[in-house]
Amino acid sequence: MNAKSLLPTEEQYLFCIRCGQCVTECPTFRVTLKETQSPRARVMLIRKFLEGELPPSPNFVDQIYSCLDCMACNAICPVGIKPADLALQMRAYLNKTQPQPWIKPLVFRGYFTRPWLIELSMLPFILYQRLGLQRLLHSLGIDRLLPAQLRDLEKLLPNPLPLRPLRSSLPERIPAKGERKLRVGFFLGCFQNTVFARGSAASIRVLAENGCELFMPKDVQCCGMPHLGYGELDTFLELARHNIALFEGEELDAIITDCATCGSTLKEYGKYLKDDPDWGERAEKFSHKVRDINEFLVEVGFRKPARKLPLKVTYHDPCHLRRGQGVWKQPRQILEAAVEEFVEMEGADTCCGSAGTQILTHYKTSAAILEGKMEKVGASGAEVLATGCPGCQLQLGLGVRKKGLKVQVLHPVELLDLAYAFENEREAK
Amino acid sequence: MIEPRILRELKRIVGEENVLTSPEDLIAYSYDATFLEHRPDAVVLPGSTEEVSEVMKVAYREGLPVIPRGMGSGLAGGSIPFSGGIVLALTRMNRILEIDEENMTAWVEAGVITAEFQSEVEKRGLFYPPDPSSHKYSTIGGNVACNAGGPRCLKYGVTGDYVLGMRVVLADGRILRTGGKVIKNATGYNLSRFFIGTEGTLGVITEVLLKLIAKPRYIATAFAVFPKIEDAGRAVHRILLSGIIPASIELMDQTTIGTVEEYLHLGLPTWAEAILVLEADGNQEEAVLREIEAIAGICRENGAVEVKVAKSETERNNLWKARRSVSPSLARRAPNKLGEDITVPRSQVPEAVKRIREISQKFGLPVAVFGHAGDGNLHPNILFDKRKPEDMEKVEKIAGEIFKIAVELGGVLSGEHGVGVLKQPYLEMALGPVAVEVMKAIKKALDPKGILNPGKVIPLGVPWRGE
Repeated sequence: MNAKSLLPTEEQYLFCIRCGQCVTECPTFRVTLKETQSPRARVMLIRKFLEGELPPSPNFVDQIYSCLDCMACNAICPVGIKPADLALQMRAYLNKTQPQPWIKPLVFRGYFTRPWLIELSMLPFILYQRLGLQRLLHSLGIDRLLPAQLRDLEKLLPNPLPLRPLRSSLPERIPAKGERKLRVGFFLGCFQNTVFARGSAASIRVLAENGCELFMPKDVQCCGMPHLGYGELDTFLELARHNIALFEGEELDAIITDCATCGSTLKEYGKYLKDDPDWGERAEKFSHKVRDINEFLVEVGFRKPARKLPLKVTYHDPCHLRRGQGVWKQPRQILEAAVEEFVEMEGADTCCGSAGTQILTHYKTSAAILEGKMEKVGASGAEVLATGCPGCQLQLGLGVRKKGLKVQVLHPVELLDLAYAFENEREAK
Repeated sequence: MIEPRILRELKRIVGEENVLTSPEDLIAYSYDATFLEHRPDAVVLPGSTEEVSEVMKVAYREGLPVIPRGMGSGLAGGSIPFSGGIVLALTRMNRILEIDEENMTAWVEAGVITAEFQSEVEKRGLFYPPDPSSHKYSTIGGNVACNAGGPRCLKYGVTGDYVLGMRVVLADGRILRTGGKVIKNATGYNLSRFFIGTEGTLGVITEVLLKLIAKPRYIATAFAVFPKIEDAGRAVHRILLSGIIPASIELMDQTTIGTVEEYLHLGLPTWAEAILVLEADGNQEEAVLREIEAIAGICRENGAVEVKVAKSETERNNLWKARRSVSPSLARRAPNKLGEDITVPRSQVPEAVKRIREISQKFGLPVAVFGHAGDGNLHPNILFDKRKPEDMEKVEKIAGEIFKIAVELGGVLSGEHGVGVLKQPYLEMALGPVAVEVMKAIKKALDPKGILNPGKVIPLGVPWRGE
């Protein structure tokens, strides 16, 4: 693809009236308090670059990559400018035209495109939980990290990690429990397959419990969000085509994922492949069927558990769910049904600072955003922090451990699964 | 360019990471909410009044221009560094230093976001009324420096009415403390009042002591459609005469109504010359409801053909929807807009709207008028495309005509945005030569080297046009 064709068009930024509404909404501005780290400035920098007034210096590139893509700016803009989208488009262009920061090739080249490689890479992490992180990172060639960052990375992954990836422990077809009402596809995300295998196992049980027969293709590949985020558009499109084809042979009522990021990306396949004569229609058909699990369960009227879990729970809105998919009522409805006490925390819909890999690439900002989030979590008094995105789950898990809060981080549907189990337990008595 | 030795000195004062000089940073601090821009030579982000003082000492010694800036949401070009030099961004000074519930006052740093301060005091049952439409993305310091207003000012007054004292860093770095936690103060010149609306040209306001009141518990809204704008004007007069002071009376003219309707399809009456959105508030529910019904009645008696009253939060939001959508709708109609804020005596509001409409037709650029009918503060918004030279010429002419209308009708150039650079050419016309001479004398006395926000408010020969 021609690099120039990736650049934003004039219509995308021309109508910015620079009112400043997006500035206070932006998590990176909130912690740095510098205009440069705000959506308004990013729009202006991109504009100046496109108008030939600003060369793409390393600092320029860094400003473009400092955006968390939380989309708070997209949502607030009175004119309809989408600063977060502009940043992503610029990354796709920059990725073609000049070398990227050190972390990206290491993490992404051929990594997320090969599920077995991700699974394999968990092995050293499982080992590290016994051996220590320092040696592991050294062996991976990551030794440019700050000491504080190292300490945080040790707390990033849940301990202990599941020993077996989900896709090798479950069959490709899973029957409904009781009468089959619907036939659905299940898109198993990279993190859901490995780090959060327990969460997706719960999702699958809940779907079966609600009369869904599941088709879970084993060779799904990454949804492509990391590639999109880092400007690897070609790889993204390859992944999209691969994943679409996997689900095409089946009669499905919906394609479900329990990962907010995967969901928002899968729903956009249609948009990104629109102009592809072979794939446009197929991608649109695929995207049309995609549902986040919270969205789906509420849509089909999930069975309310007979008894609620005696827990105080609060909820964090993943950016890719609330703003990416407009799904924010549904997880709350599920929590209301599953637990005795659901409380809203202040600023539930502000980004946690994860944005995939910001804890690696923009440590200071990401850690400061997380710190603010954790204060709100602590103030809510909840014992469980529910959220439906692995990026958020990792980041919030780190926050909880750093802050020493007695809070568990779980997917909302995991709580529903627990409530179903709790109800059966009682019946057994 | 600022010499490296000076930059090193500034870094020692505020910290390495709080002195910015990269092209990206300079672009980020080159604009406000107008269409104007100019890059500074450096951006300095101080963390305290004392740091501001140290920075000013250096700037004074070196004769470097210093342009104070809050969130850069200004609408008159007041924080754009046309002179080059240092943008002094006060966003890091964002602490609420004290909320004194007993005396109902608060000390805040200049960089506190207005809406965040409001929600903090409201948690304690207190209320800080000034509500510029930018309250979620502007600072208290900026609000004071421009004497910002807002819809609620009809009943509650403007930002300046809530300032009891402040700490100001003068051009040479000395720190001035004014006022105190008192309502009455006849001790010497009223310096707290004096710095309000000076737009950073006489000193850097770093901390402000604000007056608070008790939060009204009930609020109700009315929405009235007037086929004739004169009738809307008479209704406003009759409401105030009846002894009711509405919390706000917002006006949208026909061009504004049409633009909002085109964008949102709310079913607004595009044939109407005016829509008023009115609010009553207070501590007794029955009284508030009685007032809003009385307001609705007066509107009907004075020619309103459609009057709706909302009591619940949801209903209120629906009635406000059209008014709140004005800015986004205008922005979608043209790439650029110039929003003025002339204020005329209340009785002249219909006449001002009519004359502006004629000017708009004469020059062939749309001018939407909306604003605060209760206090005569109008926002004529000229819609244009900066890329077209013929548009730019017309904009300048239309703005000039609008200011002339304001002055002819006994009004002023700016009600709540300030002069900045955009209204500067008309200052003498509005105020007369003596007033401008007095202002220049004050400027000279407090800022003899002319380093504080040079070229703003009063003309000092700093070019800004065609930038």
